[in-house]
Amino acid sequence: MHGAMTQHPPQPVGPASGRAPDQLPRLLPAGLAAGPVSLAAHLARYGPPPSFGPGQSGQRARQALIAEVGRAGLTGRGGAGFPTARKLAAVARQGALPGARAPVVIANGTEGEPASAKDKVLMATSPQLVLDGAVLAAELTGASEAIIVVHRAVREIIDDAAAERRRARFDRVRIRVRTAADRFTGGEASAVAHWIERGIATPTATPPRLAERGLAGAPTLVQNVETLAHIALITRYGAAWFRSAGTSAEPGSMLVTVMGAVCEPCVLEIGIGVPVGYVLQLAGGAATALRAVLLGGYFGVWADAGEALTRPFSAEGLADLGAGPGAGLIAALPADACGLWETAQVVRYLATESAGQCGPCLFGLDAIAGELERLAGGRSADLGMLRRWLGQVDGRGACAHPSGTVRLVRSALQVFADELEQHAAGWCCGINSILPVRSGRLR
Amino acid sequence: MIARLRVDPIACEGRAVCTEMLPELITLDDWGFPIIGDGPVPRRLLGDVRVTVRACPKLALRISDEGSAHIVRRVMIRGAQLPGTGSGRGNPREQILEEVLGDVIQD
Repeated sequence: MHGAMTQHPPQPVGPASGRAPDQLPRLLPAGLAAGPVSLAAHLARYGPPPSFGPGQSGQRARQALIAEVGRAGLTGRGGAGFPTARKLAAVARQGALPGARAPVVIANGTEGEPASAKDKVLMATSPQLVLDGAVLAAELTGASEAIIVVHRAVREIIDDAAAERRRARFDRVRIRVRTAADRFTGGEASAVAHWIERGIATPTATPPRLAERGLAGAPTLVQNVETLAHIALITRYGAAWFRSAGTSAEPGSMLVTVMGAVCEPCVLEIGIGVPVGYVLQLAGGAATALRAVLLGGYFGVWADAGEALTRPFSAEGLADLGAGPGAGLIAALPADACGLWETAQVVRYLATESAGQCGPCLFGLDAIAGELERLAGGRSADLGMLRRWLGQVDGRGACAHPSGTVRLVRSALQVFADELEQHAAGWCCGINSILPVRSGRLR
Repeated sequence: MIARLRVDPIACEGRAVCTEMLPELITLDDWGFPIIGDGPVPRRLLGDVRVTVRACPKLALRISDEGSAHIVRRVMIRGAQLPGTGSGRGNPREQILEEVLGDVIQD
């Protein structure tokens, strides 16, 4: 069975002493983790990463592995879901142009969303897999440097892991570690590059695209840390192995954060497309009757619990709910919490986390948050005005911040439509709160 | 092969010059920032659009024609080689740009 599921890429790779994991989890340690996995334990589990010879043959091997990532069907796990191989190929192509600067790879472990923990858990338990992926992405694109931008909670672990590789002279690519900006919008790809280059964690205007002119003018690949960890395994075991989990349209496994009204809130690795209800079971099951679930993240959508639990957790399975897996958040809203109040809290937080660069986002999200707070608080609110502002703000930022927020609010108005009237009459149904929001800072 | 008017929302500060000059295509939101329709720029407005793009005090407007980007780039190069590339209406670079865009833009 194991052999049938393992297929090595056609180009020469190092002799594998590790075995391709034939069941989940692939990325996370199997069983309870006693701290971060060491380099030795990492290599014993997975075998060595592929290495590349110099010259033409090495170049062909790199191109073949980018194609292998494409055949695997890997998409970005940071929330946008863009095909990874296309980004790799674009940066490699830009870097090969005459007179181009050497590309740079940025591993994005910012994870600024307060409710999400999957990237932090991955980096805290399998730091070597993330570093493997960052180094491989650098080698595939011809970059000489990989910059790992990490949430401050896991900075020390990544530092130690990078030091372990340096001592072993493991990589030909230089690894630099930076602590991410502690802001919600700081995780957007251009904001990460801006943060490294200038210490300002705000998104920048497109064009130019990062793949063409990113960090200090170099072609830049910004990839979520989970995506890079998948690259580390696809380049070892091949596309067919990767596709043995997930669905044929959305192959592979993904990390999810399950929180809210479940018995054991946790980070899990699932095959894409397993039912939402099954994922909740893996997290100990619902702790109480559920009213709704928030799917994807704070830019995701609310869905009625009864409708959502039987759906496959995949873009295809959630499409008619207007939802998608996004950054892998599933938050269970108990029946004794108020979805409108939760949404108002989150939207106020998102409004304070606006980078403040684009007028519609800076002023519009604040106005929307204010109206939602009045609505959820049982004071007189103008629903018509709220809907007007949602229409005016949608699609008008340099990044997805305003559009993502609008998406969340629209789904709340739809899923909690029955409760709008009772809020207008002055009473709120909620006594509980599940979604974390960090206190907004003053600017 | 269609031209679109776009605003860089980071550069835009809501001075509202554009909506004064081009009310056909630009309205303001409730906070005074321009809302530009997604559709292509009608051919008859192309001249007005280019004047408006140049008039923006924050240089936040851009006319893009993704479908014919390669054609425009070639024209820009040709224009750059022409003598007397100054500013204003007599700018040959602009004239050629308009001429070629006129061919590729559909209303």
